[in-house]
Amino acid sequence: MTLRRQARARSRDLIPVAVVFVVVVTLWEVVLGVLGVKQFLLPRPSVILAALVTEWATLVEGLRYTAVEAIGGLAIGSVLALVVALATARWVFARETLVPVAIAANSMPIIAFAPITNNWFGSESPASRMTIVAVMVFFPIMVNTVRGLTMVDASAIELMRSYAASDWQVLRRLRIPNALPYVLTAFRVATTLAVIGAVIGEYFGGPRQALGIYITGEATLFRFANAWAAIIMACLLGMSLYLVVLLAERTLIPWHASGARADGR
Amino acid sequence: MESWPLPGERDVNAGPAAPGPRSRRSSVVQVDHVGKTFGDGPDGLVALKDVDLAIEAGEFISLIGPSGCGKSTLLRLIGDLTTPSSGTVTVNGKSAREARLGREYGMVFQAPVLMDWRTVQKNVELPLELMGFDKAARETRARAMLDLVELGDFGQTHPWQLSGGMQQRVAIARALAFDPKLLLMDEPFGALDEMTRERMNLELMRIWRKTGTTIIFVTHSIPEAVFLSTRVVIMSARPGRITRIVDVDLPQPRTVETRELERYFEHVTTVREALRRHEGGDGGEGGPDPSEILQIRAEGLA
Repeated sequence: MTLRRQARARSRDLIPVAVVFVVVVTLWEVVLGVLGVKQFLLPRPSVILAALVTEWATLVEGLRYTAVEAIGGLAIGSVLALVVALATARWVFARETLVPVAIAANSMPIIAFAPITNNWFGSESPASRMTIVAVMVFFPIMVNTVRGLTMVDASAIELMRSYAASDWQVLRRLRIPNALPYVLTAFRVATTLAVIGAVIGEYFGGPRQALGIYITGEATLFRFANAWAAIIMACLLGMSLYLVVLLAERTLIPWHASGARADGR
Repeated sequence: MESWPLPGERDVNAGPAAPGPRSRRSSVVQVDHVGKTFGDGPDGLVALKDVDLAIEAGEFISLIGPSGCGKSTLLRLIGDLTTPSSGTVTVNGKSAREARLGREYGMVFQAPVLMDWRTVQKNVELPLELMGFDKAARETRARAMLDLVELGDFGQTHPWQLSGGMQQRVAIARALAFDPKLLLMDEPFGALDEMTRERMNLELMRIWRKTGTTIIFVTHSIPEAVFLSTRVVIMSARPGRITRIVDVDLPQPRTVETRELERYFEHVTTVREALRRHEGGDGGEGGPDPSEILQIRAEGLA
């Protein structure tokens, strides 16, 4: 019963968002029409919509290709990040040497390496973009996971100590569940990074159907409405990955996602 | 456990050397010449100096004193959450470390330290899980413990759905789940409001009578210490040490009426004055009363 009420409250929360969206799109359409802004500067929503419809088959194919790169890279990068994070949490030596490096590496513009990975794997191969995506998502996920595994309530550690719990038991029953909110926050960032990495990576080369190649190609040919339509597809990819993470938060960490905590501990 | 001896039958005036029920039982906890210094050399902070204390089975001991008197440190030394710089702590004839590895301690902290990802029932099951109890035994035991703290209907809720007092009751249920020989409580009700705290005190007395567990209880509250304890250990700071031990001869079981007894107020006054006498550390009026020193020594040997 409360769940249904929550769902109803949530859908009520969505109304203002929908109103803002409709107003912005309408204004965009009307203002551009009135001012007579040229199509190549900024096409009207109706024109972009028309491009979406006519180019649909090509766009879906492009989306599928780019999604494989983004999701594949995300999977490889996150698995590696989680494994390394667990290792660093387990061995103090690894933590003290790897984590500072990871934090420093996290601030690097990894996308700058795209031409290099093209050189490694060939620009036609999705492995090139997957590598970029994997490296991009690796650092935030690893750094946050280490934080979640180590920033455990000191009393909880003492409690486990008083039960004479083994390191493995502390890891499984305390550190890993404690890290889940941190990991999922990192995944929110990582999904966005994955789409950016895949699409921008494609700007440096890739097969013709890739979304990034399509965007640059259509822009060169002054078919800006088509480029916009492809950008919208990329946005949809990013948003759906983000939604998956939100859904995972609701199922995996309900105590955190609900925000219904009795105290601020 | 129904034939719980009444420590209140002893008379403070009879003196600690008088043969009482206590001397016939064995010491659960024996603290001998324990000192604890944080940091090294002359800059080291002396948290505890030459502390002696003997606690017998079934006692309810409160440690009370100003901030920095080392009462929490003493509790943590007994529970092997930290190690002494000098002296020894013996629990049931073993070292504190052996006792901890033998899972003889139940701990309750000021914060309930419940795991939000577990239901209340699963939180109580946690120590049983770590100790390898099978599923059926865990469930029966945890349910019995939740009934004991009167949260039988809340097993399937999550900690964050409970009030502070209820969370602390879950923590107590968890601490008692594996039937530890010793319950160590570090200001467990310090974060609760006065009303809830008084209710929790009654609750704790009921649980103590029912289980017969030896309890060591750190508190800032004089009324709480007097109401709960069979003995109140008064400590003072710089350096942390025991300055006096007050036998609380209030009748058992302690109930709401206990707080209205004249004897209760006398004990509260005794404890308050003992605390005040040692305010400000060593530079007091002529040091501790010789008779008190004698009493402390005798307690140490008991």
